[in-house]
Amino acid sequence: MNIKILGSGCKNCVALERNTREALAAMDLAAEVTKVTDYPTIASYGIMKTPGLVVDEQVIVSGRVPKPAEIKELLTALA
Amino acid sequence: MTTTTTSQRPLALRLALGALTWAGLYALNEMLWDALFVSWLGLDLTDRWAGAAHFFLYDVTKILLLLAGMIFAIGMLRTTLRPERVRAFLEDKPLAVALLLAALLGAVTPFCSCSSIPLFIGFVGAGIPLAVTLTFLIASPLVNEVAVVLLADTFGLANTIAYVAAGLTAAVTIGAILSRFRLDRWVEPFVFQTAVGRLQSAGTRPTLRDRVDAAKEETADIFGRVWKWVLLGVGIGAVIHGWVPTEFFAQYAGPGNPFAVIVATLAGIPLYANAAGVIPIAEALWTKGMALGTVMSFMMATVALSLPEAILLKQVLKPRLLAIFFGSVAAAIVLIGLTFNAFA
Repeated sequence: MNIKILGSGCKNCVALERNTREALAAMDLAAEVTKVTDYPTIASYGIMKTPGLVVDEQVIVSGRVPKPAEIKELLTALA
Repeated sequence: MTTTTTSQRPLALRLALGALTWAGLYALNEMLWDALFVSWLGLDLTDRWAGAAHFFLYDVTKILLLLAGMIFAIGMLRTTLRPERVRAFLEDKPLAVALLLAALLGAVTPFCSCSSIPLFIGFVGAGIPLAVTLTFLIASPLVNEVAVVLLADTFGLANTIAYVAAGLTAAVTIGAILSRFRLDRWVEPFVFQTAVGRLQSAGTRPTLRDRVDAAKEETADIFGRVWKWVLLGVGIGAVIHGWVPTEFFAQYAGPGNPFAVIVATLAGIPLYANAAGVIPIAEALWTKGMALGTVMSFMMATVALSLPEAILLKQVLKPRLLAIFFGSVAAAIVLIGLTFNAFA
């Protein structure tokens, strides 16, 4: 599973990365988490409100910070 | 069907209880602080320090209550209004309609300046005209629910309507003027080269539960960003209330002084705050005799023109266009201030 956190480094993006890592740890799931901070790439995913959560090149969440429990649910549905 | 209604009933009940509690707190706010200061602590509110402390606590409580309540209520109503939807509204419309819509949508869309770059690329890269995008970016910080609610509370309904009308008119007019020039060449080329993706939206109607969850998230998000500005703004306001002589500003910044409008606009640029922080200061300036138009210019410049915003936009706009953009917004703000002073 390939996970990307989209955002230029604002508070919400940091929170999203933390929650995602928390969810992954709770699920005992190995996934590569990378941060995408350059705007052209962020825009190429169609995101206009950061942060964004991308799993295997699919935008799962954008414009808000989901709780670890919600990320867990979303990831379980995709795994 | 029955399961959803039964699971939603307690939620509706909780919402109603929450609304009642909120209204009760709001109504009791002044009484509680009066009781604490006068009856329990035996302080004299005409004393400078006691008066300032009382004003600070009362005003902070009032503004934070107003903000939490309004952001939550409006958050529930606009769950579905995301930038992607806004862009879809603006696409393939005649310029005049698109400008008008951009100003209105800018006013009602939740927006944080940290998102202005992805939004700019998302709009312009998808073919929304530059002028329409700039109109959206002007209207968005200038007119929003936080500003409207606080303005109505401190300056009254008529002044609030005038502020909103002036802000929207400025945004549309600047967009209309800028659309007459070929400004695209002063946008960083990568914006046009970006292949802007499209998010698929699930076309489902949000349930009450979805709306409440989204509103909660939004309230926490905006409230978390804004509360410190409220403390700072009311703090400065309290100092002005307590220590600046009455009619001080009437002398230097009364309606007859057009120069004061320019100074107020320039003073607002390095100050970076949102409406929640600047309105308590504006109210204090107003009660000390500053002319209404001058106060309006100061407020508008603080929320609409800011250095952090300029630094962000510098990534997508070349210096020349950035200067044109900021210059025309500043000019519009000065013009609004002068007009208010002439007619108010």
